[in-house]
Amino acid sequence: MNHLLPLVIVTPLLGAALLVAAGRFVPRPAAEALACALAAATAALALHLLLHAPSPVIDWLGAWTPRNGHSVGIVLHADRLALGTAALVSLLVLAVLVYSWRYFDEPPRKHAGSFPALVLLFQAGMCGFVLTGDLFNAFVFFELMGVVAYALTGYRVEAAKAVQGGLTFGVVNSLGAYAMLMGVGLLYARTGELAMRHIGAALDARGAPDALVLAAFVLLLTGLLVKAAAVPFHFWLPDAHAVAPTPVCMLLSGVMVELGVYGTARIYWTIFSGPGGIPPETVAHTLLTFGVLSAAVGALMCWYQRHIKRLLAFSTVAHTGLFLIGLALLAPEATGGTALYLIGHAGVKAALFACAGILLDRYGSIDEYALHGRARELRLTAACFTAGGLALAGLPPFGTALGKAVTEEAAGPWLTALFVLVSAVTGGAVLRVAARVFGGHGTPPAAGEERETSGEGERPETEQQLTRVPATMLAVPGVLLVGALLAGVLPALHSAVGSAADEAAPGVTVALTPPHWSAPGILLGLLSAAVAAGLAVLAVRRPQHTRSRHWLDPLRLLHSGHIGDYVAWTLAGTTLLGALALTGLL
Amino acid sequence: MMDVLPYLVAAWIFLVGCYGLATSRNLIHAVGCLAVCQAATYVLLLSVGYRHSGTAPVFADLTPHTRPVVDPVVQALALTDVVVGATVTALLLALVIQVAKRHHTLDPDELSELRG
Amino acid sequence: MNRRQRLWVLLLGLAGVAALLVAAAFRLPTFGSDFHPYGDRAVHEALARHTANAIAAVNFDQRAFDTLGEESILFGAVLGTVVLLRQARDEHQVTPAPARVAAPVRRYALVLLPVTLVTGLYIVAHGQLTPGGGFQGGVVAATALHLLYIAVDYRALERIRPLGLFEVGDAVGEAAYLITGAAGLLAGTAYLTNALPLGTLDSLASGGTVPLLNAAIGMEVACAVVVLLARFLDQAVEIEEEGDRS
Repeated sequence: MNHLLPLVIVTPLLGAALLVAAGRFVPRPAAEALACALAAATAALALHLLLHAPSPVIDWLGAWTPRNGHSVGIVLHADRLALGTAALVSLLVLAVLVYSWRYFDEPPRKHAGSFPALVLLFQAGMCGFVLTGDLFNAFVFFELMGVVAYALTGYRVEAAKAVQGGLTFGVVNSLGAYAMLMGVGLLYARTGELAMRHIGAALDARGAPDALVLAAFVLLLTGLLVKAAAVPFHFWLPDAHAVAPTPVCMLLSGVMVELGVYGTARIYWTIFSGPGGIPPETVAHTLLTFGVLSAAVGALMCWYQRHIKRLLAFSTVAHTGLFLIGLALLAPEATGGTALYLIGHAGVKAALFACAGILLDRYGSIDEYALHGRARELRLTAACFTAGGLALAGLPPFGTALGKAVTEEAAGPWLTALFVLVSAVTGGAVLRVAARVFGGHGTPPAAGEERETSGEGERPETEQQLTRVPATMLAVPGVLLVGALLAGVLPALHSAVGSAADEAAPGVTVALTPPHWSAPGILLGLLSAAVAAGLAVLAVRRPQHTRSRHWLDPLRLLHSGHIGDYVAWTLAGTTLLGALALTGLL
Repeated sequence: MMDVLPYLVAAWIFLVGCYGLATSRNLIHAVGCLAVCQAATYVLLLSVGYRHSGTAPVFADLTPHTRPVVDPVVQALALTDVVVGATVTALLLALVIQVAKRHHTLDPDELSELRG
Repeated sequence: MNRRQRLWVLLLGLAGVAALLVAAAFRLPTFGSDFHPYGDRAVHEALARHTANAIAAVNFDQRAFDTLGEESILFGAVLGTVVLLRQARDEHQVTPAPARVAAPVRRYALVLLPVTLVTGLYIVAHGQLTPGGGFQGGVVAATALHLLYIAVDYRALERIRPLGLFEVGDAVGEAAYLITGAAGLLAGTAYLTNALPLGTLDSLASGGTVPLLNAAIGMEVACAVVVLLARFLDQAVEIEEEGDRS
């Protein structure tokens, strides 16, 4: 029992209310400083509970403690994995607020606090989703995080692409959320409970699963996999990430998408992992299919982008696929490895977006071809971007590399090959951009083709085009990369993550060895980093010629920017999900 | 058949909403279709909470335990759901206004800047 | 994809979802069944806490945290709309022309305005007793003001609608809910605990914190709807792109 737990959600909400009320009276720096202070306080509270409260922290809000095993209230159920995730979210929010310090040119008139207020609401939504133990309450916070994210994505209303991306994001994610709510309704009808643990217990008491349990599982997973941008639910992600303001991208790619994976794990572990739920082999092959599909499609699409933010967005699709695979292994070691991979990835991906934002604000373009050789002078940004690319590829001793290595160990040879390839291709794409944009290597490619999104003609997000890069914008990616590095080298963190994962996953009774470096892991990490560098060198050296046709064109054409297409694919994805889950029940 | 009809109605509403959303030629219409999909969740929740010959769970003019009442929880959930739906619709319509201004069209077929 | 291909993918998807939903429908408890364990408990607890409207008891007491999230969604959506529908760099504001209104419409709307406003406030105040509450009443009260747009014109509405004040009201309503919830923490118990005296069933002062939270929501919703509508109306009436001439 620790009644301070809800304050992790309430503090940012109160901050948002304060910023809106006071936003018209206080100058902008004051509003932004207040937001930073509250985000930091939330992070500190989450870390305090993580380190000092006995796990799990369970708080029945309104003091509706169960009587005879039943309650009418809402429970917050925070084990160390949940608190750790909330802390990660809050720290990244803090980094984003610092990065966007005096960043946007034009807060709406008399609304100096509106951007930081939206970011705080976003933080509250994510923390609420992570900490709650109640299924309907999870839907509510899922929607809070969605609504704020759509608004943030369309923040630059003068940009035609931004409002389109925001709308696509909103429509597809809302549809996913409603599918999720249908699933909640089905489970409520069956069990008469809304607390996740109680639902799980009621299902188990009833015996083997039937069509209703299957449908509920599929509908809940639809909502979560849309958020996690698993192929074929992923189409909204590149459209939204390519156009959202850079600080928002850092949050979307760094943590929000990953919360879809977190939610999948949480729902499976607490509701469907018992005898009345979905058999583990079924869950394994279902998630594995979506994971492999996402990793492959994400990596291929990533390699062929020239719009740098869109490239990073597809790399997020690929890596989320890897996280889904890690989860699908249903092995505690892999879960710990995936958690560590996720922490490292959050830092690395946010840092890469931060560097991309510097390019955009300095040169008014985010296009790999148009920026060729122009950013030679930005040495520190170049260093960060290159380091980010290597970390994404899995170069030891970054946290991404350790997480990847530990997951690979549990995954077997075929999946290990996939992990190496996917991280090498995505990291290689980033290194290629670094070589061209910061190094000016190779010949500037000829003008691009019509059927792709170019990053030219974008407006900087700052007041004017920057002539020099502000210290805050450069310090944030640096600190984030150091964080990702520390995630790989601090044994205390490794054992904490390992035991948190053991505690969260059901059926783990003995303490397992925490994630640690092994010789094959280090070698595989070096291998994928080397392959990434090799790919980048090849790409830069090879003379560019505009090809009329390419074998990947059909796949690229599917990413049409058309809402109707995306909705159709979402439903088809639900069907695939249903078919895969059904094979296990028959 | 009456035993499952309301649930089937909810399923039908969800499906026609999805169909409309995917085949829409106008973004305002598409946002409306999304609201239709959400209406399916109201119908599902409220039919799950129904009890034969039950009345509203409001005891202002009803002595407790004299009549069966329907499930108040789903009604509260539906109320939350309605508010969520209304706000999402408002926000999406705000985005549609900006899309119309920036692209000078409301037809999704003509929005082609994000692709590949 | 062209229309035809999209239709095929869509039909595949719809068929799968339909199969899932129909199969699940036949496994649900039959419509109107007696199996409502949570509902029974909720009614029991509502009566124990002297809240006549059991739905209000669920919304503002038992599951008050859902309402907190829901209120925050509204708050976030309004803030998002304020941001999205701001006057962009390439737009300017025009003063709307006074409008002519037919006399019967004018009289009808002006009579209805105070009636609607009072109805809205009544629905908020009696939320714990009769159907309704902060959300419903707040929307009704906010709509009342807009009758002035129908009765007179947009400038008349703008005079009685100081937007800044309503934006602050929106934030204050949100903060009031959050702070009322925190009172439980100060009393050494859980967040959002209903620790006030419960009063007698069926009286205005019954239900402990339920009427307080209800009022906070009423305030937030009324202000939020006014701000939200103002943003959309501004787009329709006042904001024009450069080059437009009305």
